Amino acid sequence: MGKIKYHMLVCGGTGCHASQSDQILKKFETLIHDRGLENEVQVIKTGCFGFCEKGPIVKMMPDNTFYTKVKLDDCEEILEEHIIKGRKVTRLLYENPETGEHVSDSKHMEFYKKQIRIALRNCGFINPENIEEYIARDGYQALGKVLTELSPEATIEIMKKSGLRGRGGGGFPTGLKWEITRAVKSDQKYVVCNADEGDPGAFMDRSVLEGDPHSVLEAMAINGYCTGADKGLVYIRAEYPLAVERLKIAMKQAREYGLLGKNILGTGFNFDVEIRYGAGAFVCGEETALIHSMEGLRGEPTVKPPFPSESGYLGKPTNVNNVETYANVPVIINKGADWFAKIGTERSKGTKVFALAGKINNVGLIEVPMGITLREVIYEIGGGIKNDKEFKAVQTGGPSGGMLTVKDLDTPIDYDNLIAAGSMMGSGGMIVMDENDCMVAMAKFYLQFTVEESCGKCSPCRIGNKRLYEMLEKITQGNGTPEDLDKLRNLSQVIKDTSLCGLGQSSPNPVLSSLNNFYDEYMEHVNLKKCRAGKCKSLMQYIINAENCIGCTLCARNCPVNAITGERKQVHLIDQEKCIKCGACMEKCKFNAIYIK
Amino acid sequence: MEMVKLTIDGKPVEVEKGTTILKAAKTVGIDIPTLCFFELKDMSIENRPGGCRVCVVEVKGRRNLAPACTTIVMQGMEVNTRNIRVLNARRTVLELILSDHPAECLTCAKSGNCELQSLAQQLGVREIPFQGEQSTYRKDTSPAIIRDIDKCIMCRRCEMMCNDVQTVGALSAVNRGFMAVVAPAFEMNLEKSPCTYCGQCVSVCPTGALTEVDHSRNVINALADPTKTVVVQTAPAVRAALGEEFGLAPGTLVTGKMVAALRRLGFNYVFDTDFAADLTIMEEGSELLDRLTRYLKGDKSVKLPILTSCCPGWVNFFEHNFPDMLDIPSTAKSPQQMFGPIAKEYFGKKLGVDRKNLIVVSIMPCLAKKYECQREEFKVNGDPDVNFSLSTRELGHLIKQANIDFNSLPDEDFDDPLGESTGASVIFGNTGGVIEAACRTAYELYTGKKLEKVEFEELRGMEGIRHATIDFDGLPLNIGIAHGLGNARKLLEDIQAGRNHFHAIEIMACPGGCIGGGGQPYHHGDSMILKQRAAALYREDAGKPIRKSHENPFIIELYKEFLGKPLSEKSHHLLHTHYFDKSAGVFVEE
Repeated sequence: MGKIKYHMLVCGGTGCHASQSDQILKKFETLIHDRGLENEVQVIKTGCFGFCEKGPIVKMMPDNTFYTKVKLDDCEEILEEHIIKGRKVTRLLYENPETGEHVSDSKHMEFYKKQIRIALRNCGFINPENIEEYIARDGYQALGKVLTELSPEATIEIMKKSGLRGRGGGGFPTGLKWEITRAVKSDQKYVVCNADEGDPGAFMDRSVLEGDPHSVLEAMAINGYCTGADKGLVYIRAEYPLAVERLKIAMKQAREYGLLGKNILGTGFNFDVEIRYGAGAFVCGEETALIHSMEGLRGEPTVKPPFPSESGYLGKPTNVNNVETYANVPVIINKGADWFAKIGTERSKGTKVFALAGKINNVGLIEVPMGITLREVIYEIGGGIKNDKEFKAVQTGGPSGGMLTVKDLDTPIDYDNLIAAGSMMGSGGMIVMDENDCMVAMAKFYLQFTVEESCGKCSPCRIGNKRLYEMLEKITQGNGTPEDLDKLRNLSQVIKDTSLCGLGQSSPNPVLSSLNNFYDEYMEHVNLKKCRAGKCKSLMQYIINAENCIGCTLCARNCPVNAITGERKQVHLIDQEKCIKCGACMEKCKFNAIYIK
Repeated sequence: MEMVKLTIDGKPVEVEKGTTILKAAKTVGIDIPTLCFFELKDMSIENRPGGCRVCVVEVKGRRNLAPACTTIVMQGMEVNTRNIRVLNARRTVLELILSDHPAECLTCAKSGNCELQSLAQQLGVREIPFQGEQSTYRKDTSPAIIRDIDKCIMCRRCEMMCNDVQTVGALSAVNRGFMAVVAPAFEMNLEKSPCTYCGQCVSVCPTGALTEVDHSRNVINALADPTKTVVVQTAPAVRAALGEEFGLAPGTLVTGKMVAALRRLGFNYVFDTDFAADLTIMEEGSELLDRLTRYLKGDKSVKLPILTSCCPGWVNFFEHNFPDMLDIPSTAKSPQQMFGPIAKEYFGKKLGVDRKNLIVVSIMPCLAKKYECQREEFKVNGDPDVNFSLSTRELGHLIKQANIDFNSLPDEDFDDPLGESTGASVIFGNTGGVIEAACRTAYELYTGKKLEKVEFEELRGMEGIRHATIDFDGLPLNIGIAHGLGNARKLLEDIQAGRNHFHAIEIMACPGGCIGGGGQPYHHGDSMILKQRAAALYREDAGKPIRKSHENPFIIELYKEFLGKPLSEKSHHLLHTHYFDKSAGVFVEE
């Protein structure tokens, strides 16, 4: 990289990609070529920076200038000003919402200040399609160390000591899992990477695979060395084409460098990786269902035991770990178990990646130390609630997590505390809700997802979730009774208690947690037929305020179902029987004469 | 043997390591209700997907409830099968299942035999607190089996039978969640699938989701038609099971009562498929001897082993799965289909009744027989040799409908001439029985010597695949036997790969042979019932004065008067068939 003066890191994550970051990258390349600057400026497509709210992001190295919301039209200016004239383009810098000050370096932004990036260490720093950049940041050093200096047992000991727990949601101690798989005798074993990220709105695994695929490959090889497997399989959603492409490139490069394949680093250790595609079924994130899907069978879970570590893929011992878990492994080997174990809480070590979404200012991907509070995440990193609305709840753990409230804001986030609070870590979804969200409607929304994603194997999940959904529907339509609330609670408890796999065992969480934390809202729906958030259409009425209405007829002319009557220059009236609550009248009214009751 | 100690409902239990909670509980008299769980002991048939969740129990220290049918006992485990948490969960789960099940018990074909119905009774469910949408699916009627998937509870027993036991692969779960159903690939109709109509799915279905096509109405109409002469034939396995429909102990032989009942139903002639089974032995045994003799003389074109062809489920199976082996099975028709042309072309002509006015009804332990009698090659100008095939269960219903008090009927004899049979033909209903019967005749015809001991014990048993060598006076005859189509597949793949060298192989599609057929009274997973039926047939054989097919006087007369000799031109025309490659017929778009 000798003569290169500037590196331009263009975010290639899916969010920025969707906002034309690939075209921005091409434009930079063209501009650089036109000016003959190829030897001085290099453009690199990186993985996700995390600050998706402000994408597309372009970062200038070596001065760490962080340009946000870059558009195609901005490219020329950045090149002219920043590269040629050495002046920052201030208008593209992040603006501190409190002070209005422009911040150039990301490490001074609130969004990044409290983050510790282990799993995401390389995302946004390296070109994921270039193995040398990974190697330059200590890549494959851990594999080399393990193969040449450590026995499998010693490596497993490090993993156990580090306290790393499965990041896919289960939280099972990773080192222990490896040890169990290692202990099973078999002529063939497999290690699997679970990249079947299914939570709506979650994209941590995708970001790691798109931004740092080698870290996963390296960790899988270490896992293979420890457990005695020479074959790795990545089960990845076919809907992640960019991640698949980058993984393929990484595999090819790793083979070329002798880091995958036969006799790795001359140590006699053989290990290679294959890709298996999933079709996007949520339940295939459950490890037994995932294995059945890889075998070409119907993707549905089976009863454990036997655990995959005893009898997994093709009946052979199989160690399944999630993408994010793997991404932690090389760092733990390089920096040591003690270093890792210092981060986090007593029973949850290290960091966790969350996909921050919903009614929050800074939507994006964050990695925070275990033990951080929800308040710090939501108000400091997340920059608070959008449009200064009031915080109402935060859903952690994906569609089958629970809804936590103000009283949980100062709870340190770790596996056990989240479960104790009625939610779970899950794979790291975090959806923030404000005063305009109806908790009954939210519970219904999540149930709709689990009803669709249930595999149908066990009765409580197949039928029970459907019945839960129907009861919630009844309540949001104003037909609920107080008895329905008892039924909801009992059925939720039974579904949790009797379902076969984690999907059904957790799917009623949104119902139970909202019943526990927002019982009064349920009662309002049932007894007063009222939805305070104004989300349940059946419970709301558009009313014309006689004092403001001048009889302009605009609303009546725009009503698609002719529900509004009234003579010209007379006060109009909405027929509630006919009204479909589309809101067109209110939108059109120029006199604020229509309101929602 | 390592033992595990635990307590269930406070009772100390000690069982072998690897035992499930369900089975451990049984040893101390605790009967945990189940629904999807199914097993046929000693036959390696087991279904425990842990899907219905009816059998959940509380295990101390475990977060959620555990399914008793799949949870293995652990040292020191404390299990509770009936506290309020468990009972509430079990009832709620059952109520959920019922909330997605049509309440059609009054008219359902399975009423009285439905395990869901019994469970609802057992748990005292009097109302279903959950109302909501019910999953619906089109009804699929094939020549033998009806799929009424609205009644499916996703227990997956049929799938286990069809895939794991029979390796037919016609049924598996498709779609997801509330819309999940068990169906043929691409949700085609059963008729377009590789289904063999063995009916084992029907045998194990706990509800009315899978039932047979009921032909009893057609039979009632024929009996009421004065222009028709209606004859009936009864397969060997029926007499060992029909009594169960009337509360008699499994294994009770009801041959005489069955004949009496059929006569009271109005059949003009009550004949026996056993007669046709004796005829089958004459033809199939001669074919075996013919191939064997030519083979021993060095004729390289001879195909050995010879495979039996009495079982229509098996015939469908090899037509679908082994199209390159169509020349190996015997060309002899099954007894049902031998009976048809003999009744219509020989007996009918003797009576002076035109074949169109002679209706042949068969009573079979089998559902594939319904399909077999509809095959085009078994019709003459559109008139089937066998008009209707009823299952043992359908006959039971028919007798009840006709106000016949079965248990008080006197024993009566079959009519002549097609009612006379030997002990050899009776054991056709058991696995190993056809080949034993064939050996009795083939031995005497081949060696010219009298067979002193007619029982070939080495050919009997319930093992899925059996081998035996029979001494034909110095010639060791290698026999293979398989029951269950999965076992048949293994045996055939061994032949293809040259791993075994048999002279003759008997195959029956159903576990235990016809006594475990898809049309028999429901056994609900009690393998003792199958064993008792099998024992009954051997008893019937032992009590017969004539026990070798070639000694049946009416068979001798039939050859003398009508057919000539076995494998004659007339025999070929009436009693032999050919097979079709159906492998390509599968998965054709509708």
